[in-house]
Amino acid sequence: MNWGQAIADAIALGALYGVVAVGIGLVFGVMRLINFAYGELITAGAYVLAYTSGWPPVLAIVACFAAVIALALAQERIAFRPLRRSGATPATMLVATFAVSFLLQAIYLLAFGTRGKIVGTLGELNSAFTVNGVDIRWIVLVTTVTGLALLAATATMLNRTNMGLHLRAAAHDFRTARILGVRANRVIGLSFVVAGFLAAAVSVLYTVSNPLVQPSMGVPITIFALVGVVVGGLDRLWSAALGGFAVGFVYGMFGDVLSSQASPYLPSVVYGAVILVLLLRPAGLFAPFRAREVERV
Amino acid sequence: MSRGLRPALQLGMPVLLLVVTAVIAGGLSKTHQLEFENALVMTAIVVALYVFMGNSGVISFGHVSFVAVGAYLAGLLTVDPQTKAFTMPELLGVLRHSHIGTLPSLALAAVVGAVYALAVGLPLMRLSGLPAGIATFAVLGITYNVLYYWQKIGPTAQTLSDIPETGRWTIALGAIIAVVVAYVYQSSRFGRQLRATREDPAAARASGISIYRQRLLAFTVSGALAGLAGGLYVHELGIITPDLFYLDLTFVTLAMLVFGGMGSLWGAVLGALSISALNSFLGDAENTVHVGFRLTLPNGTRLVTIGAVMALVLILRPSGLTGGREFGWRRR
Repeated sequence: MNWGQAIADAIALGALYGVVAVGIGLVFGVMRLINFAYGELITAGAYVLAYTSGWPPVLAIVACFAAVIALALAQERIAFRPLRRSGATPATMLVATFAVSFLLQAIYLLAFGTRGKIVGTLGELNSAFTVNGVDIRWIVLVTTVTGLALLAATATMLNRTNMGLHLRAAAHDFRTARILGVRANRVIGLSFVVAGFLAAAVSVLYTVSNPLVQPSMGVPITIFALVGVVVGGLDRLWSAALGGFAVGFVYGMFGDVLSSQASPYLPSVVYGAVILVLLLRPAGLFAPFRAREVERV
Repeated sequence: MSRGLRPALQLGMPVLLLVVTAVIAGGLSKTHQLEFENALVMTAIVVALYVFMGNSGVISFGHVSFVAVGAYLAGLLTVDPQTKAFTMPELLGVLRHSHIGTLPSLALAAVVGAVYALAVGLPLMRLSGLPAGIATFAVLGITYNVLYYWQKIGPTAQTLSDIPETGRWTIALGAIIAVVVAYVYQSSRFGRQLRATREDPAAARASGISIYRQRLLAFTVSGALAGLAGGLYVHELGIITPDLFYLDLTFVTLAMLVFGGMGSLWGAVLGALSISALNSFLGDAENTVHVGFRLTLPNGTRLVTIGAVMALVLILRPSGLTGGREFGWRRR
């Protein structure tokens, strides 16, 4: 077995899930809403790429970003803002995002069919170069670098800009932030724009290795990232990102390490580890060590 | 309403609705009959889900695992052993040689659902909020994964077929039993204690209620009902695959519960039946239906409409159709 190869692939997968986790964690921070329909943003981006395969890559990618951010804003404006106003319980909000996810999948199914489309944009990144006998595909390198850059950019935006300050204030205490003059709708809208931006980036990176686009392709991505977010700890973005990275990395590693007889049970191993982490550290693996009694759905 | 009438109606109306569903099913074509039976099974699953989620306020994404376990056990035990020896040679001895009737298999399905829920709940009921949701989801993921690959406990990814099918009255009776158990539980002191922990955990704890124990009890009871519902499901369909018991069923049953109103038994029953009815009607409409005029919807609109209706109701009326009230409850 080639360890270098396994580690390189696992890091790329981890970086991708880290980005998805930040997208989910960002919206959760501000709205206390787990957006289960986040994966459908990624699917939308993938469909845009599939239908623009003949275009110059730059144009296709711009179209993908524009469409995904527009859809993210539409989700917020049409579904989640009225829901927030009506004072729904967290359980209802969560199921409502399920419903939005279900609806979007049904729309994709109706519009694009079950058979799936192929993305051709940036396919050349699947070629590999060799370092010390390890074949590394360009996309692995690109994913890792882009993932890290996106995380760094998000962190800079949050810590160094005015809008970031508003976002952090709203995430910390929404009501007080509003009283102090933070505009609620603008901040929430901004969090959805950033989350949409990250989702679009994931569409571009993900479809290079997995070019087949199907209506429900976003679901497993959301689930794994969500598991990562909760395992890592929802309260901070970096712990959510680390959690997402950890789940992706572990998944990638186990996929290469487990014997062929055991490998079908890979999901069970990962889920078992998740249960163990949640039992030992319900606040998250990377959460600060002081005990806290905050109950959230 | 007089005092004695109200509780009678609170239990009577959901039961009546189920009986009516079963009666109407009798006069229909084979396809429609199947859809009505399906609605009864869905009601049983949603009621099972309600016993835990409605009373405790904790989200569970794991209940379909108990449905799956009940369904597979009830299915495997009622298939002819000779067929099993041929199609599933790897099966564990007990499962391979046993052959029991439909009713005992339903009872066993309830038992295995309860045992599994108890085993899972022992560690997991200490969690609440989102960690509880994710952990129960992990249980579902493991159950699905194991059912999909382990040849000793089932036909893995292949379909389990040749299961004896049962009539609509057995299914209706099963669903009614689920409703009665749910009602008895929620009226008991345990049910009331658990609802107290839902409303105010700190105050409940201060009154000497153990949140962990009450949640565990509700989880086990609802696991038993989910197992029973699984048994009903398998005897309704006659053939099953692991894919039936995964994300789609989880989502649909959760949505039915929230749609009807998570806080009441009436909501659970109403939500399950109304979404089933909508689903069935739209399925018909895709092949032309007469509603005063000829209505033909293009293929695929069924899912879109259901998704849109569910999202709309949740947005406009987040506490569900019933607002979490039992039947006959007057607003003050």
